[in-house]
Amino acid sequence: MVAESVRMYVVLAGTWMRAAAQYPASMVMLVVTQAAVTSLDLAAILIIFVHTPRLGGFSLPEVMFLYGTAGVSFSVADILLGTAERLGEHIRQGTLDALLVRPVSPLLQIATEDFSPRRIGKLVPTGAVLVLSLPRLDVHWTPDRIALVPLMVAGGIWIFSALWVLSATWQFAVVDGKQATNSVTYGGGYLTQYPLSIFGRDALRALTWVLPLAFVNWEPALRVLDRPDPLGLPVFFHFASPLVAAVLSLLAALAWRTGLRRYRSTGS
Amino acid sequence: MIEVDDVSKSFTVRRRTGRLRRSRTLVGAVDRISFTVAAGEFVGYLGPNGAGKSTTIKMLTGILTPSSGRVRVGGLDPSRQRTALARRIGVVFGQRTTLWWDLPLRDSLTLIRHLYRVDRSTHRSRLAELTELLDLGAFLDTPVRQLSLGQRMRGDLAAALVHDPELLVLDEPTIGLDVVSKATVRGFLTRLNAEQGTTILLTTHDLGDIERLCRRVMVIDHGRLAYDGSLQDLRATVDADRILIVDLARAAAPIEVDGARVVRTDGPRQWLAIPPAVNAATVVAAVAGRYDVEDIALREPGIEDVITRLYRTGVPI
Ligand SMILES: Nc1ncnc2c1ncn2[C@@H]1O[C@H](COP(=O)(O)OP(=O)(O)O)[C@@H](O)[C@H]1O
Ligand SMILES: [Mg+2]
Repeated sequence: MVAESVRMYVVLAGTWMRAAAQYPASMVMLVVTQAAVTSLDLAAILIIFVHTPRLGGFSLPEVMFLYGTAGVSFSVADILLGTAERLGEHIRQGTLDALLVRPVSPLLQIATEDFSPRRIGKLVPTGAVLVLSLPRLDVHWTPDRIALVPLMVAGGIWIFSALWVLSATWQFAVVDGKQATNSVTYGGGYLTQYPLSIFGRDALRALTWVLPLAFVNWEPALRVLDRPDPLGLPVFFHFASPLVAAVLSLLAALAWRTGLRRYRSTGS
Repeated sequence: MIEVDDVSKSFTVRRRTGRLRRSRTLVGAVDRISFTVAAGEFVGYLGPNGAGKSTTIKMLTGILTPSSGRVRVGGLDPSRQRTALARRIGVVFGQRTTLWWDLPLRDSLTLIRHLYRVDRSTHRSRLAELTELLDLGAFLDTPVRQLSLGQRMRGDLAAALVHDPELLVLDEPTIGLDVVSKATVRGFLTRLNAEQGTTILLTTHDLGDIERLCRRVMVIDHGRLAYDGSLQDLRATVDADRILIVDLARAAAPIEVDGARVVRTDGPRQWLAIPPAVNAATVVAAVAGRYDVEDIALREPGIEDVITRLYRTGVPI
């Protein structure tokens, strides 16, 4: 089932890529633009560090590490499922009906729509920052810390992907809900670039228990960077990302099914 | 192939009635309809705008779940087994394309081939066949965005047939098409049904489609099935008058003859309405015997007349 979906994803994305390859020049432009826009966030962080040596108690390499892990997770989720936010448009224009009469999940069809290499535009700068931050970290690299880095990136991808689908299903209820969807996905991508402690304890609580973005990179990073948890949460939380991701995925799947079942198409 | 048993569909519509108050009303789109379609049939589903045609199609294809009643298509429950059903049916929506705007038609068809897991060589021969029958050659490599409505509809037809479905469902396939495209589409559908045995269900409010294509017609009005049968029987059931057109040698007073009455005159030409119960031959003989006739012609009631009358009187089936 999963293997078949992955295979179908690759086939569809590949077909879109071949179609997109007919315009290589515009492709390069789009990748460069996207990369430049993404780098602006980084510039904002660097400017802060011109004025202060630490941000929320974290050094520049540590903040770069947080920025890089969150950025890579976000970019990969965006590559995989970013177009899910178009659900509302498909509902409004009635094109969801066409997706529904084909033997492949509409989510998979929407996710691969317009797939093109330009989607890697965000991944390049964020990946570079992550790689650059690693040797600069003042960390005693034990095996568990080393293992936790790829795991936290993978967990982050999973959490962002689930959130993306979950927030897209909102558009089943509110067709013009793209703004709300984006505030969760892009807003989440933005917040997790920073040490969450700078937003205060209440925000941190909300980001742990309500919209669990703390599990994208913050919780596991506390372990990698050997920092105490400002909320005093147990050690278990450092490793809880997959669990959180699984719960979010379950919610997303439920919401998606409910949305489709209650979908009423458009008149005529 | 299709079984529809006592199926209804209603939509809850929220309306703003005051500043904050909202009322919910239930709008019935389809009201307890039943019919079956056997494999190999070519059925027209006819009705005015808002009659419930699209809603029926959406229930047959699994897009919408019926509010009540039972639907089976190819033995499957469409809303529960939508994906399995999708492999066996093709669907065309006249008002909107199922193709991707930015892709050339050829690439759209390739994507669809992957969606249905049609292997490359089967696809190649099928595409060649569809290209010839639908005359796609000239615009296969044009982005769908740039196609005319008629070209796009032919592309959509090809897209719905990439996987060689047993059943083809079309919702207003000829809407907005020019005469030539209409003829191409109609000719293609006739061949598809006759030569490949594909079952076809087509909705339309274009009576020409029905007259040229369908052996069987179902008429829906206000969500209810008003008629189900052959076109001839429809004409007979709805007692629409036949019209006798008489050209006299010179203008005269309205013809007086048993069993028919003059409904219109224009110089020497007169139109007589003959009710279904009256034998037309007797009327013709009587007119020819008593008047100086140059020419005489009998016209069966047009389908427009029949349908208008059906909508007005609502003949039960
Ligand atoms: N998604 C919907 N929400 C609310 N009402 C709808 C919806 N779809 C159809 N209707 C209503 O149901 C009735 C039948 O519509 P439809 O099946 O589209 O008719 P047709 O295709 O014959 O023109 C109309 O009154 C229409 O307004
Ligand atoms: Mg319609």
